[in-house]
Amino acid sequence: MSLDKEKIKHVAKLARISVDEAKVDSLTKDLNSIFKFIEQLNELNTDKVEPLTSILNQSLRSRKDEISDGKIREKILKNSPKKNEEFFVVPKVVE
Amino acid sequence: MSNITNQSLSEILESIKSKKISSLELTQAYIKNIENAKKLNAFVTTTFDQALENAKKFDNEPNNEQLLSGIPLAVKDLFCTENVKTTAGSNILNNFIPSYESTVTKNLWNNGAFLLGKLNCDEFAMGSSNETSFFGNVINPIGDRLVPGGSSGGSSSALAADLTPATIGTDTGGSIRQPASFTGTVGLKPTYGLCSRWGIVAFASSLDQAGPMTKTVNDCSIMLEAMSGFDDKDSTSINKKKESYSKNLKDNIKGLKIGIPKEYRVDNMPKEIDELWEKGKRILKDLGAQLIDISLPHTKYALPTYYIVAPAEASSNLARYDGVRYGHRSQKGKDLIEMYENTRSEGFGDEVKRRILIGTYVLSSGYYDAYYLKAQKVRQLIKKDFDDSFTKVDAILTPSTPSSAFKIGEKTNDPVSMYLNDIFTVPVNLAGLPALSLPAGLDKQGYPLGLQLVGKALDEQKILNIGYAFEKNCGYKNEIKKWWS
Repeated sequence: MSLDKEKIKHVAKLARISVDEAKVDSLTKDLNSIFKFIEQLNELNTDKVEPLTSILNQSLRSRKDEISDGKIREKILKNSPKKNEEFFVVPKVVE
Repeated sequence: MSNITNQSLSEILESIKSKKISSLELTQAYIKNIENAKKLNAFVTTTFDQALENAKKFDNEPNNEQLLSGIPLAVKDLFCTENVKTTAGSNILNNFIPSYESTVTKNLWNNGAFLLGKLNCDEFAMGSSNETSFFGNVINPIGDRLVPGGSSGGSSSALAADLTPATIGTDTGGSIRQPASFTGTVGLKPTYGLCSRWGIVAFASSLDQAGPMTKTVNDCSIMLEAMSGFDDKDSTSINKKKESYSKNLKDNIKGLKIGIPKEYRVDNMPKEIDELWEKGKRILKDLGAQLIDISLPHTKYALPTYYIVAPAEASSNLARYDGVRYGHRSQKGKDLIEMYENTRSEGFGDEVKRRILIGTYVLSSGYYDAYYLKAQKVRQLIKKDFDDSFTKVDAILTPSTPSSAFKIGEKTNDPVSMYLNDIFTVPVNLAGLPALSLPAGLDKQGYPLGLQLVGKALDEQKILNIGYAFEKNCGYKNEIKKWWS
């Protein structure tokens, strides 16, 4: 399998990263060498193997559905690059 | 006490407790070292004023009952620290000031330590040489132009250069053990779930684990004891009784069975590393341990598996950097989507972008089964290799890395050759096991080399004990000339 430039631009779109046209060639080269390396896995037959989804021998804990903190709006908004008193501000979405 | 800073953490603790030195004098000594070591570029942020205040506070009302009484500590800049900038080595978090403290650092402070500064690292912990940091590469005190390893390279450099008495890093594929090996220091990746991940900037959540980096094995056990423990805020935190690793440290390893996996003898491995491995086996054998040949047949598939699983999880974790709630926001773009795209393009470096793209691709519709599901299955086989071996042995001995520290720029043009650095460390993360890297010798250039001890899940005490016995009998001395000051 090899990745062409169009595919890479599509994946970049999915990942919401704009890619500089001048860098697409070197990115294509790098990603293809990485995928060639990754595809060694195809040597292995894994038909009868269960996928590993958790490394722990325990299942995830559940907790009581109750509020443990709150009223920290100021703290949450503190690091926002653009905000007003109550909200995060983003470029206009609906005309 | 002019030489206090080149002592081990446990020696320093003794000096504090016996009042040979005050916490303030100790802190001032480290600050002086840090100010003289700017060339190493180990720090992103220093918190000297805050540290001096805390030292004075300790001296006025000393509590010597704690594990880390009056000790200033610098930590990797991946741990969120309340009201202190936390960057993860990235431009996208260049201005991020957390309003909360990570559980692991909070545990250290609750045990009497206080913050000295934040240490440089590869961007989002993605790298093996510290060259991917937005804040420039860190230099290895072993030699100018040498990388300190990565991603916890600021941590390894600062520790080896006496800029902090001990430190903590994070290890997703070797990010504690490889830099420890490159700088002649001790590094432990604990069992997955032993140290809380809460408040650590996430890279790959099923692999990430915080751990200590220290000058000695005893120091390592003290730090592990202080930082570990159950945390309700981390859903994968293991709920078990706390252990007194340092109190229980003992050097009798008679009768223990040490596995030697044949798959860790890789092509093109320098002869010196093979010889070092032999030396390690000999030392353990002389101490009464029994060496047993074992096989971990899927070892060669660990790195390819890792380079599916880790980027997949990273692409999901790093989706949160959107320029809306925190971090960098681009001024370019005509709408919301373009703002996202430009923010992420400006904020992330090349290696992080590469990994997000790999992760997005392997999770995308039509490719999930071929890559991600396949990797999860191979991960099962890798874990089973270890499970099978641990029915026969107590611990496994391997080299930590396939080479000693390399020159800055030597591997930056070839991502795969950089990834190969982690060939001996990555399998352990995939299996969730604890592993300790110990300084064991020098190569012919005089650069440190390490050996790795892998244990069963939650068997930290045993690998610390073996490491303790090994350290006493190895005769390794890390004498670094302070060329930078």
